[in-house]
Amino acid sequence: MSTAVTLDETYLPITRDGDVVLARQKGRELAVRLGFSGSDLTLIATAISEIARNIIEYAQTGQIFISSVQHPGKQGIRVVARDAGPGIPDIELAMCDGYSTGKSLGLGLPGARRLMDAFNIESVVGVGTTVTMEKWAS
Amino acid sequence: MLVPILKQGDILIASVQAALSDQDLLMFKDDLSERVGRFRSRGIVIDVSALDVLDSFASRTLSGIAHTATLRGASTVVVGIQPDVAFAMVEMGLRMDRVATALDLEDGLALLASRAKNEHRRDAR
Repeated sequence: MSTAVTLDETYLPITRDGDVVLARQKGRELAVRLGFSGSDLTLIATAISEIARNIIEYAQTGQIFISSVQHPGKQGIRVVARDAGPGIPDIELAMCDGYSTGKSLGLGLPGARRLMDAFNIESVVGVGTTVTMEKWAS
Repeated sequence: MLVPILKQGDILIASVQAALSDQDLLMFKDDLSERVGRFRSRGIVIDVSALDVLDSFASRTLSGIAHTATLRGASTVVVGIQPDVAFAMVEMGLRMDRVATALDLEDGLALLASRAKNEHRRDAR
């Protein structure tokens, strides 16, 4: 993902419940502009919804950056969710279906990964978490 | 009220009109639950055709609403899940186990009517 050139970016502060809805709507809008089709738009919006909710649930506040991304031969959308929350002690465990330290089903992160083409989590306990995910326009 | 709930005989019809936040969903759950008791409803149809996303929280809340209502004697049918939304739910691994679903409002009402008829038959035996 390091070779990417970013052209167009939306920045969204995530500080309350309603921002989750706003983030997925903004993500869908940008995905439309980038040429994504019907079912991909829903997959992208749903993945954004999951990671935005994780910010509210675990870190209370954070930011989401949504941008276009270009790699040689393909174009897509990149979503970066960043927070300065408690961090994830065991990322492998957090990516398991059904594992949750919150009150959710534990399908948020693994589910979001399945909806996107690329998915990465960096997290340091006590410092915060950054989720980066990308999807290519077909 | 964010989700209008219509009463038609012993059936409640809830039409979700716009994207709901998690708090909105929880308010809807309480609102519907209160009405089932107040109107002694036997059936509920929840129309989600206006929703472009049903994520893990929304799926879980809808399942919760349906199961709670069923325990209180009101059959619940979720109708109008859009094709793209259904596809995303399958991709994510979200399930709405043991929740009745139907294509649209018309089919949902028909399903409730046929259930009521079967119950009536059972009672008559």
